[in-house]
Amino acid sequence: MGRHEPVVDWATDFDHTDDAYVADPFGIWDELRTTCPVAHTERYNGAWLPTRHEDIAAIAYDTDRFTSRSVIMSEFRAPLELAPQGIAPPISSDPPFHKGARRVLLPAFAPQSVDRLEASTRAYCEELVASLRADLDGGVDVVDAAVGYSQHIPVRVIATMLGLPESDGDRFRGFVNHVLEGVDKPMEERALGMGELFEYLQAQIHDHLDRPRDDLISYLLESEMDGQPLDVFHVARTVALLLIAGIDTTWSAIGASLWHLAGHPADRERLVAEPELLPTAIEEFLRAYAPVTMARLVREDMDFAGCPMKANDFVLLPFPAANRDPEAFDRADEVLIDREVNRHAAFGLGIHRCAGSHLARMELRVALEVWLEAFPSFELADPSAVRWSGGQVRGPRTLPVRVMR
Amino acid sequence: MRLVIDNERCEGHGRCYSIAKDLFEPDDIGNGVVIGDGVVPPDRLHDAELAVENCPELAIRLEP
Repeated sequence: MGRHEPVVDWATDFDHTDDAYVADPFGIWDELRTTCPVAHTERYNGAWLPTRHEDIAAIAYDTDRFTSRSVIMSEFRAPLELAPQGIAPPISSDPPFHKGARRVLLPAFAPQSVDRLEASTRAYCEELVASLRADLDGGVDVVDAAVGYSQHIPVRVIATMLGLPESDGDRFRGFVNHVLEGVDKPMEERALGMGELFEYLQAQIHDHLDRPRDDLISYLLESEMDGQPLDVFHVARTVALLLIAGIDTTWSAIGASLWHLAGHPADRERLVAEPELLPTAIEEFLRAYAPVTMARLVREDMDFAGCPMKANDFVLLPFPAANRDPEAFDRADEVLIDREVNRHAAFGLGIHRCAGSHLARMELRVALEVWLEAFPSFELADPSAVRWSGGQVRGPRTLPVRVMR
Repeated sequence: MRLVIDNERCEGHGRCYSIAKDLFEPDDIGNGVVIGDGVVPPDRLHDAELAVENCPELAIRLEP
């Protein structure tokens, strides 16, 4: 995908947008973990890639030496004057500002709140399945589980929560693609895309100011932090975060789980026969195919694990690599859907634990329940046609499966 | 045995109350809270241990 040269040496010149990394990062992480556990690159104006669970955890916990001012690695660094909010609070905020900005959001994403969204999520998944079933009745036997199913679910859920028109789903996916996958595009092009996103959100927020309603945008506009209402820019940036972070992450997790089941008939048959195993299996899918790699910036020149890190170097936090570290997990490279002890880091570690993790888990569970009930038997129609997203969120974007009926 | 959550470490992953909803519950922001005095009935020890072993933040312990 990238405009960069193909990577030859992963230890000294890595690039997470390289075709080889996008197609299969697991072998690259395994190799680095034993030969050069913290890789380096001069690309993106200097960056590091730790691959051991221990190092990734240490960096995630060390908010003093590693700042969240920029969490998507590109050649761009968010300017210091955006602190303490950063581009998209609270993910881009450091302590002490972070805590209050996160506190405002958490009740809306607590399990009690997520429970109330389950029925509508299930109804929507059933609608999607009905539409796929109509295609199958029309004579096709291959459907796209990403394009026709997984990509729609989080868009509908987060749009409903925020109070944005669901019909704007294609626009949201466009924004997501731009922010997360366009990291190797020229800076001017990136700035233009961000401008479009914020223009869209400003219009929506003003509409909510004029006509408050029972949704998350109105809730944020009425929320206070340290006794002060959140300013409109803070709200816009937080909504941008929820829109971007809530969509392709969950879409990826649903897609990767369906991809696994399409390629592993024994696991699929077992889950159909033992649906009560699904929550355990979901944790294993999250471990093995954790979609999200976060990033930090080095605050000041320093030495970490023997590496001379410079201020403003990026550091990737590949949680999926941590989840495959044999020092942290037995049989780390195997997917065991009945793995009971599974201390995975798919949703991050420390103060930036994914605020939407309870929502994501509900969506993933409901999406798999509805799919497996409708289509208990399916397989990859053409393994070579599966396309994975590049950048910091990994999941299948094209997933043709043959449904056996 | 008695369950204890270290509130300084808990970040609200919610693995504990997903595994054992009779032993843990979420507070209003999704952090885990031990129900009652935290004393684990002998027949619930397995799930209590699983909650400890699955906490990503190592925030839960079982005390004698």
